[in-house]
Amino acid sequence: MASLKEIKTRIGSTKKTKQITKAMEMVSAAKLNRAQTKVQNFLPYRDKIREVVASISQGSEDVSHPMLQERKEIKKTGYIIITSDRGLAGAYNAGLLRYTLQLIEERHASPDEYGLVVIGKIGRDFFKKRNMPIFQEIVGLADQPEYAEIKNIAETTVQMFADQVFDEVFIHYNHFLSAISQEVTEDKILPLTGLMEENEEGSGEGTLNYLYEPDPETILEKLLPHYAESLIYGSLLDAKASEFGARMSAMRSATDNADNRIGELTLSYNRARQAAITQEINEIVSGASAQS
Amino acid sequence: MKTMQTNVVTPDGSVFDGQVNMVSVKTINGELGILPNHLPLVTPLAIGAIRLKKDKDVRLIALSGGFIEVRQDEVNILAESAELPSDIDITRARAAKERAERRLEEAKRDNIDFRRAELALKRALNRLDVAQN
Repeated sequence: MASLKEIKTRIGSTKKTKQITKAMEMVSAAKLNRAQTKVQNFLPYRDKIREVVASISQGSEDVSHPMLQERKEIKKTGYIIITSDRGLAGAYNAGLLRYTLQLIEERHASPDEYGLVVIGKIGRDFFKKRNMPIFQEIVGLADQPEYAEIKNIAETTVQMFADQVFDEVFIHYNHFLSAISQEVTEDKILPLTGLMEENEEGSGEGTLNYLYEPDPETILEKLLPHYAESLIYGSLLDAKASEFGARMSAMRSATDNADNRIGELTLSYNRARQAAITQEINEIVSGASAQS
Repeated sequence: MKTMQTNVVTPDGSVFDGQVNMVSVKTINGELGILPNHLPLVTPLAIGAIRLKKDKDVRLIALSGGFIEVRQDEVNILAESAELPSDIDITRARAAKERAERRLEEAKRDNIDFRRAELALKRALNRLDVAQN
């Protein structure tokens, strides 16, 4: 059994660790709160654009745009992968990266068939180590990213699709379900096929006959890239909220573990102390009986 | 006077939300004024100022391109970025203006950098304009 002093030091250091994890948990909770507000602020923008695009494509049958059409031959697929810059977030990054890696290995025979756009340091290092083709990367995003920070990478990615570098673009991120659960999700960003399907279902509310200045094609031309970019930004905000959720629960379980550990250590400390006292009494008694 | 609900939304949140008598914006084809009961309309906007008139009050918003959607009694402006005069960082806009001017002198016409710098200059000038009015 370890000595009394040893156990005491260990209790002390575990208590300190617990304080740190507890503080990190609370910081993450505050950040999660802000991230959720950010998502709330953003949603009206995306919904509005979607509404306008939907009403344009409903209003005139013959409107088409390369971004709305599935390409016949898919030569290269783009993947946007959103990870965090730092660890200590439980399985947040590991789960996502494993999923992406598996999916890519299933779908593609050679690295020429896909390209990666990686957000976050952990993801970048992961794919770099495996020599996978990273087309763009961005690290060191703020905890509450502004649209301007991501605009460049979103714009370039959408442009790469327009220039036929990519024939389809997927985004992988952790979707926020609740503060304690996230789900690895794959969404198709481009081409924007989902948009048309949704239209057919959701045509319940009467569509307005808009006047389009100068004409519907020009508007789609401008609006669709914005919409695709806003989808990317939306996923990023979602992923950020998940990150804080994951970090919060990881830190909470760390705090709980520290509590258990302190309990166990205190128990063995008391046992050791009692054993020492008993031994001392024994020594005194036997010493006294030897003298008399 | 009749009013209409007007919203200015950006990806970073709503910038304006309220009743106004008149909205005037700069579209890619020129200035456009909208009064209540306007026909439903969708059109892209250029870099410029939005003017929101309520009684005798005129509120300016600096806009860096976007869209306007007009419905019966509702106007929605979707912008990549939009700022009220009080939110504009004048020093930053000034720095952006100088940077853009420098780039314009260096870059050759017709190249992407030139067009980019031109847009940046427009945005900076627009912000300064709105902030100083």
